[in-house]
This record gives sequence, structure tokens and C-alpha cells, in this order.
Amino acid sequence: MRVKVISRSADEFTRERSNDLQRVSRNYDPNLRTQEKAVEYVRALNAAKLDKVFARPFIGAMDGHIDAISCMAKNPSHLKGLFSGSMDGDIRLWDIASRKTVCQYPGHQGAVRGLTVSTDGRVLVSCGSDCTVRLWRVPLASGIESIDSSDSADKSLASYVWKNAFWAVDHQWEGNHFATAGAQVDIWDHNRSVPVNSFEWGNDTVISVRFNPGEPNILATSGSDRSITLYDLRTSSPARKLIMRTKTNSIAWNPMEPMNFTAANENCNCYSFDARKLEEAKCVHKDHVSAVLDIDYSPTGREFVTGSYDRTVRIFQYNGGHSREIYHTKRMQRVFCVKFSCDASYVISGSDDTNLRLWKAKASEQLGVILPRERKKHEYMEAVKNRYKHLPEVKRILRHRHLPKPIYKAGLLRRTMADAEKRKEDRRRAHSAPGSMMRKSVRKNRIIQEIE
Amino acid sequence: MEIQDISDDIDVKVKKYQRGESADLEALKDKKLKGQLANREDLYKKSANAAAKAEKWLMQTEGGRLESEGFEKTWRFSQQSIAQEVDVASRKNQFDIVLPDLGPYTIDYTSSGRYMVTAGCKGHLAIMDLHTMKPIKDFQVRETVRDVVFLHNELFFAAAQKKYTYIYNNAGTELHCLKEHGAVLKLQFLKNHFLLSSINKFGHLHYQDITTGQMVGNYRSGLGRSDVLQVNPYNSVVTSGHSGGTISMWKPTSAASLVKMLCHRGPVTAIAFHPNGHLMATAGMDKKLKIWDLRKYEALQTLPGHAKSLDFSQKGLLAASTGSFIQILANSSDSQNYDRYMIHTMVKGYQIQKSRFRPYEDVLGIGHSMGLSSILVPGSGEPNFDSWVANPFETLKQRREKEVRLLLDKLPPESIILDPTKIGTLRNPNKIQKATKEEKEAEKAAAIAAAKSGPQKKKTKGRSKPSKVAKKKQEGVEKAKRPFAEENKHEVVSKKKQKRITEANELPKALQPFVSRKSS
Repeated sequence: MRVKVISRSADEFTRERSNDLQRVSRNYDPNLRTQEKAVEYVRALNAAKLDKVFARPFIGAMDGHIDAISCMAKNPSHLKGLFSGSMDGDIRLWDIASRKTVCQYPGHQGAVRGLTVSTDGRVLVSCGSDCTVRLWRVPLASGIESIDSSDSADKSLASYVWKNAFWAVDHQWEGNHFATAGAQVDIWDHNRSVPVNSFEWGNDTVISVRFNPGEPNILATSGSDRSITLYDLRTSSPARKLIMRTKTNSIAWNPMEPMNFTAANENCNCYSFDARKLEEAKCVHKDHVSAVLDIDYSPTGREFVTGSYDRTVRIFQYNGGHSREIYHTKRMQRVFCVKFSCDASYVISGSDDTNLRLWKAKASEQLGVILPRERKKHEYMEAVKNRYKHLPEVKRILRHRHLPKPIYKAGLLRRTMADAEKRKEDRRRAHSAPGSMMRKSVRKNRIIQEIE
Repeated sequence: MEIQDISDDIDVKVKKYQRGESADLEALKDKKLKGQLANREDLYKKSANAAAKAEKWLMQTEGGRLESEGFEKTWRFSQQSIAQEVDVASRKNQFDIVLPDLGPYTIDYTSSGRYMVTAGCKGHLAIMDLHTMKPIKDFQVRETVRDVVFLHNELFFAAAQKKYTYIYNNAGTELHCLKEHGAVLKLQFLKNHFLLSSINKFGHLHYQDITTGQMVGNYRSGLGRSDVLQVNPYNSVVTSGHSGGTISMWKPTSAASLVKMLCHRGPVTAIAFHPNGHLMATAGMDKKLKIWDLRKYEALQTLPGHAKSLDFSQKGLLAASTGSFIQILANSSDSQNYDRYMIHTMVKGYQIQKSRFRPYEDVLGIGHSMGLSSILVPGSGEPNFDSWVANPFETLKQRREKEVRLLLDKLPPESIILDPTKIGTLRNPNKIQKATKEEKEAEKAAAIAAAKSGPQKKKTKGRSKPSKVAKKKQEGVEKAKRPFAEENKHEVVSKKKQKRITEANELPKALQPFVSRKSS
């Protein structure tokens, strides 16, 4: 006879001294954990609810300007620094961590229309409706705390006067050139008082310009003739032009997939394009209820933030048709400019009410140092949430956002109008000769033509 | 050769962690989805492999076993001979406590197997710590105690007494008196849901949430008095056995039973569930013990013999006890059938009330008319416990943390369904559309029955004449029938409409509005 029975001594399973860790034994047998799917579902539900409980995206407002914020610029070499320009010509450098003005530049006579920082983060370029482009020295990152606003660089490094008012400016990601948009697109060098090159295609004003992050010589502009134009600095003439039904207010390139860009359109939508294939948008991002005024990509390239005339800021997935997040406060007015912070964890919006607002990119993210156990817990919650996100209850909780009444109503109205239009078109199609009215996809039907 | 052995072994182990077959991806048309799901399946496979490999380090304790050599038979070994072979610490688990006055005794263990609560029929309640072998509290309630169960940890237990059910803490203080349950015969605790379920003298089934005190369900079984109630640990479905030989399975959210099976040709005396949820053992007065496959609802094996109490151990041994005789059955490795593994005979004249395997130990606890006994059953318990699931060496702090965690993971009563793996899956769209005719009929019948047996209001003088009552009842039945009739009508109308639409579609679009409604 051979016999063995389970025999455990308490010493083996308990700690020896009180300052030891408790002994842990594991057994992953599924039979020990009954109904684990139900338990996981309940955890997902709880995680979704906790997400809502902890969703406090608004961190603070940065107050200081005395007129609407018209433009902002990130400092690529300094995480905390952010420049903002306002309609009264004031330019400020903010420290995001303390939410204070670090440095104030005298700025322009009229509105500041564009701000950008050179690749090395030393020079700030601003342009305004006073027909000047000004270059400013950026205080060193190490000295930001010590500099008080009194001895700031109150004189610009250089000031170049040109023929027309400017609407936007953008610096190359690599290199010494920057481009301004106005009556035409001008390419400038830091040290030259006149543009080194200028492009013109049509007579209408160019209102925004952005350089490609991957290829330093390519830039995209949008104009008031409802066009999006691509330029290559190595050639003497513009490369391609796309005309849409409505104006594009701003453009942002995806920093991780630099052939793709997203255009913030006047008709409340954003359109993602592949620069090599402009006849069709890759994705239409719907949700705003008024013109989208500014757009900026997260450095991860997975999402972007938009600011709109409807007084809200929204965050979209780069490939998602609807917004992941909407931010609004009672006091925030028309949002003129938005930026994603360089670490992808904050969003900054500048609006008509003279304030910059700092938001978390993930509304319920925990700030500060996270202990490893906490982090693991967050990861687990995220995973179960992700696994059960399609179930109706979890989905409902995760999707729900409180909207201000006007926006909710406007959204409803827009939906009704779209439905009605669709119905009408369907009827028209039904009553016309078969094949005479082709169905046009949403991704195509706002595009009028593409010009080479 | 050994390496070969190990790799064979790994496959078996991996299967345990895979939790069923992988999804059939070939049938999918959506390439993107297919890719995503393939990744997911890959991940599952990897984690199952990792878990199987980690077994070697994580699960160090070997399980118990009892093996015969030569012509010996395992069921010939007596407890004395086993006791001589095992170590001193295990020998402590063989004991007899003689309590001749207040028996017969019923017992229950906590999920970690460390604590035992016992109740003598004549009012003796006691909790014991089985590691120190000391009673924590024993006291008398001086009335009949029919059943006792631990709640989520050793601090609380519920006792079904003569008139009501009471909840006590481990200091013997009465915390709650659950009057709504009535005179309860059997209690069960659903530990994932924090539900206390009971069946009373009148065959009423009650579910009470013990965290909020809310009565979640209160149903008539309609099958008469029953003192057999057992919860299936796999899906938390409660099963009751009845005197007609049927057993019925219940969930707290429906008044109709989920499953009704005729198992025996006489009253059912005991039910037990295998921990993996696929096997059920029932015993009846017809001198039969049957083992059922719960996936197909058919008997796998029928064995002769009475059993007053049945219990499956964590490793799948089945203890059947009747009179003063206990038989332990095991399924031999080469066949699926259960056969004799051990037998144990108490002193003649002892009447066994209940026998329970102690979790995570090779021990069978027996409550009988003369007190309590505990015998060694090698190979019955799970050798490796998980500290986060049930820890026999739990400290105070760990217990508190676990209580919080359990409460956070408390499942809603709706999550009790026959197949718990269905949660989070899609319903087949064809099936959602319409309930079958039989289902509808059944639903209708249930509604009518409910209307017929519903409580009658006491009316003022002259209003409760038998004729009036009958009329009222008839009205109730008609009312219950109405929605079904309406549904039928809708169906007919929609069919007509459908026909018209199809007819209209054949015409040119411009003429369609002129299709007359009456033509069809």
C-alpha cells in the first residue's frame, strides 16, 4: 500500500518574522475560480464607472492675455514652455507646470496671427496682421525659472516688413527655413529680410501653413478659395491642389505617418488625407457642430485634438469617425487654437475669452508618480474594459458624455438635416433613370476636384 | 524518455488552462477582424502555455494518493492502516468527537477549509478552527437547527432554525433574523453573488442578498416539500430535489425553473455537483445513485445503493453516505466510470446526517447522530491553494482585504445562467428574432398559471362570493392571455404587409404608391 496525503506545515506558508512579506502561493486552475467571465464583466463595468468618477480633465486656466488667443506654439526643446499670441499683439511664454507667464514679448502692432519655434528651440518666429515677421530670442530652458518678465527680451532679434498681412507661419522640422502664409506663401530664411522664395496659385489668401514632419521640404497650406495645396520647396511651383466644398481652416500632419494629414474643415468635420492620394479622404471625423478652427496631432500620431467655434475641444482617434472625448466649460468661448503637449498627456486650448486652458488628454488618468502596483491595476482595468467594451452596458457608460444643451441640440439638428438630405437623395435616385445618379461616398462628396 | 513524458504532460496541462476550444476564424469574412482575433487567440495560447509551464514552480505540493500493490484493493484499507502510514500532522485530521445528546449534526466548511461550523439538530451550534483544533465558539439555541452554512468568510454563518433563519457571527451573537424565508429546511450560500438561498417547508425558494438584505427572488417550486438543495459551483444555479423524483434548477431572476429533470422513481435524497460543473450525482429512495452529464442532461452511470448525503471533492471523488456507511467513489484513470475507491463504516447505529469533503485537504468530515468524525481520504483535495482565492493561512489583514475585493467583484443576480461562458458573447442573430412556438406556448401557460394562482385580494362584504372570485380569476386569466393574442395579431398583420411590399416592389417605382391595400 502506498499512501500520501496532503500535509502542510504552517511554517511553510506563513512568514517567519513580522517584517517579512506574506508568503503567496498561486494556482491558476480555472476550476478554482468559478464564473470568471462574469467576474471579469463586473470588473469591466466597475472600471468603466470608475473612469467616469475620476474623469476630471480640466487642470487649470492660464490667465494673462487681454484679448482673444489667436495662436499658440510648442517649444520642441522644452516640455513646459508654450507660446501664445493674442489678437492685441501680445506674445507670452508660459510655464505649463506652474501655469504662469514666464516671459512677455512686446509683440506686434495688430493681431498676432502665427507663432512658431525653430528646430533648436532658440528662436521664436511670429507674424501678424501688421505685415511684419519678427524673430525673438527664446530664454534658455535652464533659465526659465529665473527670468522674470521685466528683463525679458523686449527687443526682437529681427523684424522683417513685407507687402501684405500674414495669416500663419510654420517652421521646418529640420532646417533653417520658415514659411508664412498671407496673400501668397513665402519661404524665409532666418537671416534674410526678404523671402527666399514665394509661391502663388490663384489669387486668394492662404490662411494656414504646415511643414511635413518627415520630409522637411514639403508643406501643405489651405486657402480661402477652399483649397488645400501641397508644395515642394525643391521645385519652383506648387505640387498639387485639392478644392473642397468648404474652407479648410487648419492642417496638421501626422508625425508618425508623415504622408497623412488631417484638415480641419469649416463644415464641422475633419478630413484625413493621404498626401499621395488626394481624390478621397481616408477618414471623415465627425462630431463638431460648428466650424473646426484648429487641429493638432499628438506626438504619438494615434490621436489629434481639435478646437471648434462651437466652444468645445474634442479629441479624435486618427482613424476614428467620432470623437473619443469632448471638453467644454461654461466659461470657455470660441476655441481658436489647440495644441497637444509634447509628451502627449495634456491638451492646451486657447479661446476667445482670453484664457489658455490646460486639459488632460485622458480625462481619468491619474497624475503624478504611480506606484508599480497601481500601474498594474490601471493596466488590468484598461484591459478588461477593452475586452468588454462592446457589451451594451459598458459601452453606454464609456460613451456617455454630458453635453451643453446648445451643442446637444445642434447635434440633433445636424443629424436630422443629414437624414433628410439622405432621404431626399434616395428619393431622387429612385425616381431618376437607373445609373444616372451615382452614389458618392462621404469621403469623396465634399471634394470638388484635384488639380495637378 | 522523461523529456517525452514531460512534453506529453504539458499538453494536458495546457488544455486545462485553455478554457475551451479556440474560435473558428476561417468562417470570418472580415479580414481585419480575423487578424485581430487571430492575435487574441495567439495571446490566449501563449498565456495558457505560460501557466502550464509555471505549474512546475508554482504548484510544488503534490496531491495525495492511495495506491494498491499486487492483489490489494484500495477499498480494503481501513482508516487505521492509513493512519499508520501517514505523518503525525495528518493523523490529527482523523478524529471523532462524541456529542451524543444534541445530534444528529450537520457541518459546513469555509471555502479555504480551515474553519468548520456544525449544528446539532437539537440546537447546538459550534465553529471550530481545524488548524489549531480548538473551538472558536459553541453555544446552544435551544431549538431545532436544520441546516447551517458559512457566509463569505468564517465570521458569519447562517442557521436554519425551527421557525426562522438566523445569521450569527463567530462570537455567537445573533445578527439578523430572516423571517421572510419561513421554516427553512436547507440553506445554500452563493459566494460570488452574496446570495443566501433557502428552501422552506412549503417548497418555496428564497434568494436574499446578504450585503443589502434585499430579497432578490421568492419563488414557489410547486413540487412540494423538499429538503435537498445544492448549488452548482460552476454556474451558481441552485438545484432542488423533490419527492416526485424530479430535480429542478433555479436562478434568482425567473419564476420558472431553468431545467426540470426526472431523475428517480422515488424521492430524491441527495444531489452533488462536480466542481467543473459537468457532472451531477443524484441519489434517490429507489436505491439508485446516478451520475449525470449536465451538458447533455443524460445519465452516464447508474449505481445501486441508497445515499443520504452526497459530495464531490475538489479532485472529483464522490462520497456517498447512508446509515453508518460511507462509500467513496472515484473515476478510474482508464475509464470515465465511477467505481469504489474507499469505504468506511462508522460504529453501528450511528446515523450519518451529512458528509463533506474539506477543501484543500484530504479529509472527509462527517456529521452524524453521535457527533462529528473526520476521516482521511487520500487524493480528494486540491493540493495547491491560491492565496487570492482561498487561503487557509489567511491573516487578519488579508481577510479584510479579501472581503473588500469580494464585495467589489460581487456579481449581479442576473449573471446566474446555465452556461456562464456565454457572458460577453453575441447571441446568434437568427435566434434573437423570434421565440419558438413552444417557448411562446410555455410562456403563455406560465402567465396563465401565475394569473390563476395569484393572491386574491380580500374584498369587502359580498365581494368575495365564490362566483365573484371565480369571475375575477377568469378576468385575470384573460388579461394574461391578451398580450400573446396581440402579438399574434401583429404577426399576421406584418405578414400581410410584407406580402404587399413584395408585390409592390415588382412594379416600377413610380406606380408603387398606387398599389391598393385591398388587392392583397
